Amino acid sequence: VRMKSRIPLVLVACGSFNPITNMHMRLFELARDHLHQTGRYQVIEGIVSPVNDAYGKKGLVSARHRVAMAKLALETSDWIRVDPWESEQETWTETVKVLRHHYNESLGLLQSKKEFMKNKWPTERSTEDSLSYQHSVLPELKLLCGADFLQSFKTPYLWKEEHIKEIVEKFGLVCISRAGSDPAQYINESDLLTKFQHNIFLVKEWIQNEISATQIRYALCRGLSVKYLIPDSVISYITHHNIYTEESEKKNEGDLLQPLKLHNTAVKPLND
Amino acid sequence: VEGPDKKTEVVLLACGSFNPITNMHLRLFELAKDYLHETGKYKVIKGIISPVGDAYKKKGLISANHRVTMAKLATKDSDWVEVDDWESSQSEWLETLKVLRYHHQKLLSPDPTNSLQNALPLTKPGRKRKQEPNRHEPIKKKNQSPDIKSVPQVKLLCGSDILESFGIPNLWKSEDIAEIVENHGLVCISRAGNSVQKFIYESDVLWRHKNNIHLVEEWITNDISSTKIRRALRRGQSIRYLVPDVVRAYIEKHNLYSPESEDRNAGVILAPLQKNASDSKN
Repeated sequence: VRMKSRIPLVLVACGSFNPITNMHMRLFELARDHLHQTGRYQVIEGIVSPVNDAYGKKGLVSARHRVAMAKLALETSDWIRVDPWESEQETWTETVKVLRHHYNESLGLLQSKKEFMKNKWPTERSTEDSLSYQHSVLPELKLLCGADFLQSFKTPYLWKEEHIKEIVEKFGLVCISRAGSDPAQYINESDLLTKFQHNIFLVKEWIQNEISATQIRYALCRGLSVKYLIPDSVISYITHHNIYTEESEKKNEGDLLQPLKLHNTAVKPLND
Repeated sequence: VEGPDKKTEVVLLACGSFNPITNMHLRLFELAKDYLHETGKYKVIKGIISPVGDAYKKKGLISANHRVTMAKLATKDSDWVEVDDWESSQSEWLETLKVLRYHHQKLLSPDPTNSLQNALPLTKPGRKRKQEPNRHEPIKKKNQSPDIKSVPQVKLLCGSDILESFGIPNLWKSEDIAEIVENHGLVCISRAGNSVQKFIYESDVLWRHKNNIHLVEEWITNDISSTKIRRALRRGQSIRYLVPDVVRAYIEKHNLYSPESEDRNAGVILAPLQKNASDSKN
């Protein structure tokens, strides 16, 4: 009797990762533990997707560095990796498109595995492997985030309504929050989120660990230690390339975030 | 170094269970060093992690051998923080003040035999005391650079919970607290918005020596307590990125923490409480 198979699941985290911190990596570990404990999922991969430079956030350093630092940080992980696709696009890419891309990639991978198996065992054999690939469960892909992300859905013009819908309906969210904050409230306050709340996994982080990348950058600019908050290899990289300075912090100062800019240019013609 | 002001050399000493050591413990040292250097008056020359002995009898305390090894693994890449096992190798529990005195003496005196003498408490008549050979090399006195004051200090590094534990009956001797803040000093790391200042205000002895109590605010909330680490391990949850990876690997390899290990010393009275209660009876 075959055991009910778990749904393979990929976690994608989008963000600046400016720089990546131990907290970012903790999100993955917490999410995986939680999803495994539901008994329904098998987390097969974690993807860190640093945002494109064109996002225009204040203090955002070159994607080349942000990707390199994430790579160093994730060297010791056997399931989380960094994917530069989003950062290599010509323009800023909406989150939903990033999710679509990685979902298609994971489907493609599954397809090529199926074909590999078929070629390996051209005749039908009732081996565990060939059976499982014939009746393989489609993987799911979910967006991994913190409660602030969930809250940002409310920020005017930051998200398109249809994108939020696609994210929670077709993909799903795994939202990590610290004890004391209440993401259930944000869900409750939104009809859309409430409708798809079965696809929003809320995970509580009991071990408070609020290592914000902004504070890391402040510390670095002031020559203060960030050891044990981000991996040593990332600290070495930052020091070696002198990445975070007063100057780098001023980048994009006064500019609008790209998604907000796009909204403005869309609205402008009406005002003429 | 500009000006005639001389800097005081400081050694930071952290006492505790380190059961296990976490990234938060290691952060305390970094925060304290940055803070003291920014005052312009101090130069931190060394950090010492001194795990408590098994005789402390805290619930869930695993063998000192493991705790010392993990701390050593965690600090092997540090160029200024090290682990000292003198405290943990004593057969009886030692008051924190004695550990401070020992390390202070070691700093001042190049002669190994002196240091052991001065740190050990006087034996009570009739009690056998195990004489430990001193395996600890004294710190060689460097040639004094002109900007360094001649007397180095050993300061107790701790979180606000330790400071506030001064108020727990029979946990600390009041004369010990007085000597710690008067002769050595405290560097206390706490979260923004804590009640430490109020605690100091409400204590006459702490207030009197408040200049020797350095309060450092930790803005990056980092509540990685060893208790929570052990809990996560019992529940099969990941502790990655909360403790150094070498420590995580060591814990896994030796399967250190379990419901059984957490039950160690259950029902046993903590050594200082037992000692202070019986001393006051005498």
